[in-house]
Amino acid sequence: MSKGSPISPALLAARPAPPAAPARDTAPARDTPASAVRGPNNVVAPTRMLGSAAIVRSLEELGVDDVFGLPGGAILPTYDPLLASTKLRHILVRHEQGAGHAAQGYAMVTGRPGVCIATSGPGATNLVTAIADAHMDSVPMVAITGQVSSAFIGSDAFQEADIVGITMPITKHSYLVTDAQDIPRVLAEAFHIATTGRPGPVLVDVAKDAQQASMTFSWPPKVDIPGYRPVVRGHAKQVREAARLIGASQRPVFYVGGGVVKGHASAELKELAELVGAPVVTTLMARGVFPDSHQQHVGMPGMHGSVSAVTALQQADLLITLGARFDDRVTGVLSSFAPNAKVIHADIDPAEISKNRTADVPIVGSVKEIIPELTTAVRDTFEAQARPDISAWWRTIDHLRETYPVGFTQPDDGLSAPQQVIKRIGELTGPEGVFVSGVGQHQMWAAQFIRYERPHAWLNSGGLGTMGYSVPAAMGAKVGNPDRVVWAIDGDGCFQMTNQELATCVINNIPIKVAVINNSSLGMVRQWQTLFYEGRYSNTDLNTGHDTVRVPDFVKLADAYGCVGLRCERDEDIDATIQQALAINDRPVVIDFVVSRDSMVWPMVPSGVSNDLIQIARNMTPTWEQED
Amino acid sequence: MARHTLSVLVEDVPGVLTRVASLFARRAFNINSLAVGPTEIAGMSRITVVVEAEGDLLEQVTKQLNKLINVLKIVELTTEQSVQRDHVLIKVRADAATRLQVTQAADLFRASVVDVAIDSLIIEATGTPEKLSALQSVLEPFGIREIVQSGTLAIGRGAKSMSDRALRSA
Repeated sequence: MSKGSPISPALLAARPAPPAAPARDTAPARDTPASAVRGPNNVVAPTRMLGSAAIVRSLEELGVDDVFGLPGGAILPTYDPLLASTKLRHILVRHEQGAGHAAQGYAMVTGRPGVCIATSGPGATNLVTAIADAHMDSVPMVAITGQVSSAFIGSDAFQEADIVGITMPITKHSYLVTDAQDIPRVLAEAFHIATTGRPGPVLVDVAKDAQQASMTFSWPPKVDIPGYRPVVRGHAKQVREAARLIGASQRPVFYVGGGVVKGHASAELKELAELVGAPVVTTLMARGVFPDSHQQHVGMPGMHGSVSAVTALQQADLLITLGARFDDRVTGVLSSFAPNAKVIHADIDPAEISKNRTADVPIVGSVKEIIPELTTAVRDTFEAQARPDISAWWRTIDHLRETYPVGFTQPDDGLSAPQQVIKRIGELTGPEGVFVSGVGQHQMWAAQFIRYERPHAWLNSGGLGTMGYSVPAAMGAKVGNPDRVVWAIDGDGCFQMTNQELATCVINNIPIKVAVINNSSLGMVRQWQTLFYEGRYSNTDLNTGHDTVRVPDFVKLADAYGCVGLRCERDEDIDATIQQALAINDRPVVIDFVVSRDSMVWPMVPSGVSNDLIQIARNMTPTWEQED
Repeated sequence: MARHTLSVLVEDVPGVLTRVASLFARRAFNINSLAVGPTEIAGMSRITVVVEAEGDLLEQVTKQLNKLINVLKIVELTTEQSVQRDHVLIKVRADAATRLQVTQAADLFRASVVDVAIDSLIIEATGTPEKLSALQSVLEPFGIREIVQSGTLAIGRGAKSMSDRALRSA
């Protein structure tokens, strides 16, 4: 099932393979940009078939290879032609939420829309969390749900839920199909909407009688959505104005968000950043889109960002904001965020511009188009006038970077530091791996201590903060990138929310690696209880770790699922355990990393205060140098 | 906060009103009034919505509405550049002793009597919210039994049509 994706060094050691082609971050070439209909646009002459067959055929014509789902009564008609399809690989999950996150993980590493399928009622509502997650993190995804027959809609029929109504606030768009003839057009529209503009989830709810009815299938369908015209090209005047501000700035910072990952514009970003020479911060959603090893990269901003990144934004006189949305986790108290900065804000979603922070130069469009235009405009500006001297700015940043690197202290309970475990996973796997985290402390550590050198290597639930994202999203990522090492870096709390997908991984030969960073508690909540609730640990103890009853025992659980289960309890075993996991590629591996529960995520900007009050450790703030 | 009248041209498909209304609810935008009906073009409806918002918030309302796939076009109609009307039906107590006074009051507002019973009248009136509220205060002493009122309808003055450009598909 190779899709020609680059092979990670860790795998190269295990099996000789031809040298990998250099990673290129381009949107998949299989799409014909001239057409609103995705896929190869084969011409299919009118053919009679059932609505159910039309769903399968439409997916095939749209270029879909892999779908994740779980059948039930109202989607049963569609599962029949699905069995016969030679082009679609359906992966049977154990819970629909897993199908949703798998579709997200698949989309995040391939840039192609993820597809998940569920039945009506509870099947559909089980998708809700994943749909909301995809909506918050702008992940292209199409969710297909069965619905009770149209005659029963509204009658509280068995397994009926108004999933279009339920998901209205968390989808980019949604459809209820009651006429079989609409199926090809609706699916083509759904894929178009999900993947263009600001990507997002689209729900297609298909009544059972529409699946069972006869229709005339032809391809490609005519797609005309008069109310949907995403702006791609940035306004030339605004681009020039942005270049003028860059040409006048003494303290510019690139504030880079997930939009640059979704827009496949990492190469364009690198060119612009190197031209301007300014510090670059990559948000939680953008880790890897600008290489961590690059001299201009100064870290991740936000609540758990590095001192250098947070301060760079706070003290900047110009934010060059690309595909970021001034999320509260980045800005802290908004009114005190980057108080002296002018803001250039480029985003494909006009509603993001000036939503939280008023932009001085708004540029609506795709970063893939805007960044090269801005590069040209900046080059012209630099040629026409003297470049601003930003060396003093760099001295400030470099001083912070050297004085306050992101680090950690060894716990005094004799257990391993979770940061050390995560750091070594990153180092031993290398930058070609894919790292998928859950939500909480381990997520922040995975963002801080793994070095990301390429986009699409780091997946997490940033906006919604969905515990349980990791295992199913890693599964989807592995299906999308079968030749890469895919790590789920999970917590003991998160892992217990969705670990049933290990069964899916084993049965379908999806050999992911799961590192359970087991601190025996809901660690991030516990950290807040330590810091803000006088150490009153209300309901955060999970009893999965060291000196507990170990319910469940993650090694036994792995074993029961047919995975390899490993446990690592000592610093000296960390490397060997990771190496052992990297050497296994025929089935999933679960490692129970028993770590200290007292390790905390630092730096931290406490909730509700200015980013200027960043703490590098408990009650320790950096010493600010007097500005000249 | 200032009141703004937005005219929203939408595709006439199931659920479109829900999409618009729930957008207002979940983003905590206040709606003063809402009116919806078909337009001169088949398949296209027009929603007139009066919101309390200003500056950035108004801009955000408009942008979020624009993100709805079924929304084709949004324009803000100022009171100067548009005709804005509400419609009201008022059931008021009126017996033989007071009927004449009530009908005279209605006449002053160019309202019409559309139903007569032994002890009540239904009065129909069209006008700005201010005029209708004045009518209501005049009728109040007679005893208002029921009021039903439409949302504000608004249309731009002059020959230009809002639907022209929305029809042209890019």
